[in-house]
Amino acid sequence: MADIVHSVPRSDAGNMARPNPLLVVLKVVGKILLPVLVTLFGLAALTFFIGRMLPIDPVVAILGDNATQEAYDNMARALGLDKPLWYQFGIYVRGILSLDFGQALTTGKPVIEDIARVFPATIELATLAIIIGTGLGIPAGVIAAMYRGSWIDQGIRFVGLIGYSAPNFWLGLMGLVLFYASLGWIGGPGRIDFIYEFDIEPITGFYLIDTAIQGQWEVFRNVFSHIILPASILGFGALAYISRMTRSFMIEQLGQEYIVTARVKGLSWGRTVWVHAFRNVVVQVMTVVALSYAFLLEGAVLTETVFAWPGFGRYLTNALLVGDMNAVVGCSLLVGIIFVSLNLLCDLLYRVFDPRTR
Amino acid sequence: MTDKAMTSANFSSSGLLAWLRAPVPTSPFHARMQQFWIQAWRLRSNVPALFGLCVIIVILLAALLAPLLATHDIYEQNLAMRLLPASAEHWLGTDELGRDVYSRLIYGARITLYIALLTTVIVAPIGLLVGTTAGYLGGWVDTVLMRIVDVFLAFPNLILALAFVAALGPGIQNAIIAISLASWPPIARLARAETLTIRKSDYIAAVRLQGASSFRIIFGHVVPMCIPSVIVRVTLNMAAIILTAAGLGFLGLGAQPPSPEWGTMLSSGREFVMTSWWIAAIPGCAILLTSLAFNLFGDGLRDILDPRHG
Repeated sequence: MADIVHSVPRSDAGNMARPNPLLVVLKVVGKILLPVLVTLFGLAALTFFIGRMLPIDPVVAILGDNATQEAYDNMARALGLDKPLWYQFGIYVRGILSLDFGQALTTGKPVIEDIARVFPATIELATLAIIIGTGLGIPAGVIAAMYRGSWIDQGIRFVGLIGYSAPNFWLGLMGLVLFYASLGWIGGPGRIDFIYEFDIEPITGFYLIDTAIQGQWEVFRNVFSHIILPASILGFGALAYISRMTRSFMIEQLGQEYIVTARVKGLSWGRTVWVHAFRNVVVQVMTVVALSYAFLLEGAVLTETVFAWPGFGRYLTNALLVGDMNAVVGCSLLVGIIFVSLNLLCDLLYRVFDPRTR
Repeated sequence: MTDKAMTSANFSSSGLLAWLRAPVPTSPFHARMQQFWIQAWRLRSNVPALFGLCVIIVILLAALLAPLLATHDIYEQNLAMRLLPASAEHWLGTDELGRDVYSRLIYGARITLYIALLTTVIVAPIGLLVGTTAGYLGGWVDTVLMRIVDVFLAFPNLILALAFVAALGPGIQNAIIAISLASWPPIARLARAETLTIRKSDYIAAVRLQGASSFRIIFGHVVPMCIPSVIVRVTLNMAAIILTAAGLGFLGLGAQPPSPEWGTMLSSGREFVMTSWWIAAIPGCAILLTSLAFNLFGDGLRDILDPRHG
């Protein structure tokens, strides 16, 4: 009897604890997405504010100084400047939602078209850089943790510190002087030598892939000789961050008791480290890699300027130098959105692969 | 009587040592000095951090004594002597307008440190205030402040600084404002995390029971506890600030020529770098060394002041 009485509320409680799975998904999505949406809204507000801080009158910037009062008023109305600020902000947000960032003053085209044109160059550079940074950074970090305190560890840490501390535009300049001007090993600034420029048929916009698909290996080699130095220098910064974080994650794991157990069982040190310990830090390392990919966009601004790389960073700098606010705001907003998305991706990675966060 | 004995002990060095090593501190000041002594002693065995500190001191001295150390007028052009390599007359050669690179480098240290220190002075209190308030008060204050921090953190430092400089116009002052606006959020987040661990502790509860206001608790009891980790963070931040400032100068958006700011020097020497590499190499080395020094010293400080996050 007591059993029955007891079991009835128990099963009830069980039903209540296991609600509709759709609801659970919605709840989790709401919990993750809501802050992201708020952040994106804040992003829009911040960029709107930055755009309005400009000391130049946007109407004068378009029409010039000697426009008549009538033309001035018409333009101001066309730009929505006669409306209250909140109304202007509404228009701005509506523009963003329909991917309309306005016209770029420098090119006369919509900002979004310009960005779409220059972005593949940056993505190609950043992707090669992250491959270099991850491919070298993770082993370096693991090895440093394995031989903690030895000269190998010290050496890896020192290289990492240089990567943190060196201005990458300076490394780029010095690399050009050494490998291009003195040794002649690599192609100079730019994405490709001028003579090859019209050999490429744009398919994906990534020159390495396009030339490989078309089997133009001579052009491929030329493209590679241009991209390798900027990608290595960008990758060096990523390497510094990735190896440092990997090292500290691994040191934490290697101090755990299961490592001792594995050793006592007779597993080799290499197997213990790479199979048992490393598997436990993979998710953490993946999030670090995703974050450094986002930081590469920042590094790209300076590196692209040095290497005359026709990408996103150089477009942004050119826009900055002529005070083209539509382009500047569009670019920064885009970087912000990429940053937030990558953060969200990291968050989801954790939730999917790390059972402890469930 | 004890006070008198202590003051006299202060003056003789062996007495000072004994005072610092006394097993039981006699006053809060005494305890603080002992703590400082122990930390300084621990720093002694950290060679990289010590190296960083020495480099920082050398750069600081160079900046302070720039008029004495410089051998030439930094703005004086001499087109007959342009692009010379290092010599007895010009220790680090001359630049594209025949100006002495060594003297300009020394004066450049002033600008770099000026930017780094001023930014830190602006950023640290803002970050501390926002972070501790959000962490201590919690609730909607916390939510609102942290959302704002998130928005700022959604941009990489340089991109945000670039956008602000674009709106404000180029120049050192605007660069400082822009970098400050871009670099307070990480400090706020750090201070908040520290505050969350402190706010539930017994001594805070004791102060609250005595009737202290939130204002008093935050400023008198929470902020001092956050200061060590903020100092560590700020020291490491200085390396990033120096790089961002140099990057802005390099892009022509920070200090303007003929200012001897290192990034600006690099940028104006850029056209001649293929033939006279030292023009760009020297200011770049200076940036690297300064930023490296702050990174090393910051890492060492973290080991001492903030062992939990080491």
